[in-house]
This record gives sequence, C-alpha cells and structure tokens, in this order.
Amino acid sequence: MPGTVVTITSGKGGVGKTTTTANLAVSLALAGDKVVCIDGDIGLRNLDVVLGLENRIVYDLVDVVEGRCRLRQAMIRDKRLNELYLIPAAQTRDKSAVSPSDMVRVCDELRPEFDWILIDSPAGIERGFRNVIAPADLILVVTNPEVSAVRDADRIIGLIEAEEKGPAKLILNRLNINMVKRGDMLTGEDVLELLAIELIGIIPEDESVVVSTNRGQPVALDDKTKAGKAFQNIARRLKGEKVPFLNLDEKSDFFHRLSKIFSGGE
Amino acid sequence: MPGWMDRLTGKDPQSANAAKERLRLVLIHDRTDLNSEELEQLKDDLLRAISRYVEIDPQSVRIQMAQDGREQRLVADIPIKAPRKRRAG
Repeated sequence: MPGTVVTITSGKGGVGKTTTTANLAVSLALAGDKVVCIDGDIGLRNLDVVLGLENRIVYDLVDVVEGRCRLRQAMIRDKRLNELYLIPAAQTRDKSAVSPSDMVRVCDELRPEFDWILIDSPAGIERGFRNVIAPADLILVVTNPEVSAVRDADRIIGLIEAEEKGPAKLILNRLNINMVKRGDMLTGEDVLELLAIELIGIIPEDESVVVSTNRGQPVALDDKTKAGKAFQNIARRLKGEKVPFLNLDEKSDFFHRLSKIFSGGE
Repeated sequence: MPGWMDRLTGKDPQSANAAKERLRLVLIHDRTDLNSEELEQLKDDLLRAISRYVEIDPQSVRIQMAQDGREQRLVADIPIKAPRKRRAG
C-alpha cells in the first residue's frame, strides 16, 4: 500500500508544529512503520535540531529538487530507530526554491517505500504553505488554547477547505490542565466548538518537551512522559486505532470545584 | 490571583470565558469578512426592506450571526405586527 502524506501546519508560528512533526514521526517509527519526514520550512529549518540530526546534513530538499543529488542521498537515517528518515530543508534559500509540483513529485517518489511521509510547514499562508499542502492526503492543524493561535487556526482551516484539502484534523498543543481547572484557559471542548473540526489529539503542557528538545531526543521516545504518551496516542489514531482522549477537562468534577471555592480560587 | 469572593460576585469572571466570547465574535468577522459596523448596517437595511411590506416592531426584532459547523448563518427572527390599522380604516 502506498504511503500516506500527512502535513502538519498551523497558521500562527510557535505553536509546536515542528515538535509535533518530530514526535509523530518518532511515534510512528516506534510502532514499526517506515517513516520519512520532510522539513518544508525552507530558509528556517528546525526539524533537524528537534530530531537531533543537525550534524549529519549533507544534502537538502532544494538539492533534490534542483537535481544536485538523488533523493536517497538527502535522506538522513535516524540511528535510534529502524525506519525513520529526515529530508532537511535548505537553510540559505527561500520558499520560492520549491514549487507545489516539486513537492508532489518528491512525495510520489517516496510513497511506494514508506508508510508515512510527514511534512512540517512554515508559519504563514503564502508560498511555503501552498508547497506543503499540495501533496497532502491529510492535514493536521496544530493550535494552542489561546486566542491568537485559535484565530489563525481558523484562517488556515478555511484555506485548507478552499483548496479542497479538508477536512483537516486538530491537535491542541500545550494545554495547561491547572489553568483549565481554574477557568483561565480555553478547554478542548471550547476550541472544538469554535473551530468545528475533528480532534485527533491533545498534548498537555509538559516541561519534559523542552528538556528533551534541548538534548535532541524527541519526548515521544519516552512514553513515561505525559506529552510523549499523548504523541504516541495520536500516532495510534493515525493508524486507525480507537484511543480514548485523555480526560483533561475536569470542570465537571464537583469536589474539585468545591475545594477550589474554599481555597480561594487556586 | 482573584479570590473566591471576586468570582462569586462576578467581579472577576474566568478569563477562559472572555477568550471564548471574544474569539466567537472575531471568527464571525474573519469568516464573513464583515465587521460589526457593517453587520449593523446590514441589519438596518434588512429591516428597512421588510418594513416596506409589513409593519414590524424594531424592538422585538432579533438578527444575529450563528455558527453552524464551519458555516456562518445569518438568523433573523422578525415578528410581524397584526395589520390593525388597515382593518380600522
């Protein structure tokens, strides 16, 4: 069966697209699938450092597109896992170095060999965005539970629909459970009601994401972390498994609310 | 941090509710490309057009933008006054 191309995008920058791409790639590879991820953020590459593969880059996506190397030569194998590869972005070029049809061609070449081709998007809605959605079979929109990120997610979801690439699925990243409990953060339900798309996963805010990224060891390698577990659950859902969502919204917990009232809001 | 007295007296409503309400409005405008002023104008024009045919009480009219999945819907509830005058005259 030919592989599935999944594009991870967001609209707003800084919501965790690259972290999500790296961790979904790791999770799918841990599950035994063959995975390649492509950094679509030409000029601002980062997927290499998040995966901890920055020292092994020789060729990049633009070298492939412009014929300076074969596709295989630009693929860096992650030695921690059996079948995980990265095609890095060029760092000294811009988005116009690659066209949507280039991306389609590269993905078509990868499809027969891989189960999953994951593409990390640049922020924004211009050329870079068109490049990464062109080859996509499925688009995952990453957002945070805050007003600016949700608003930009809505814009992107609208554009994905206009390009007839929908329906996109939503990843709610960095949900702070304590803030949700005291009513100072949008809940998963709130965001889903506003955006009206299907949820594929909620990642709780977890310091271990920063710690693991510091070391170039994606958090999903460790399923004892909350975030790592959540990424692995998304991978299982992508593979068609029915995995219940973590019950993060404890607003309905009567005793919790009661204790909150008596302890003065905290 | 606000205490429970503030919360109970409504002085400090939970900020998540504010975020949701503000987002609801901003998404309407983003999706329809209408700002609140234009939406008010649209309502006025609509009422004026309807008034040419039937008598309505502007106070009881309700026109609002509603969300239906990812679509925006303009929902109008416009009660029509009984044509009393005409019968009397």
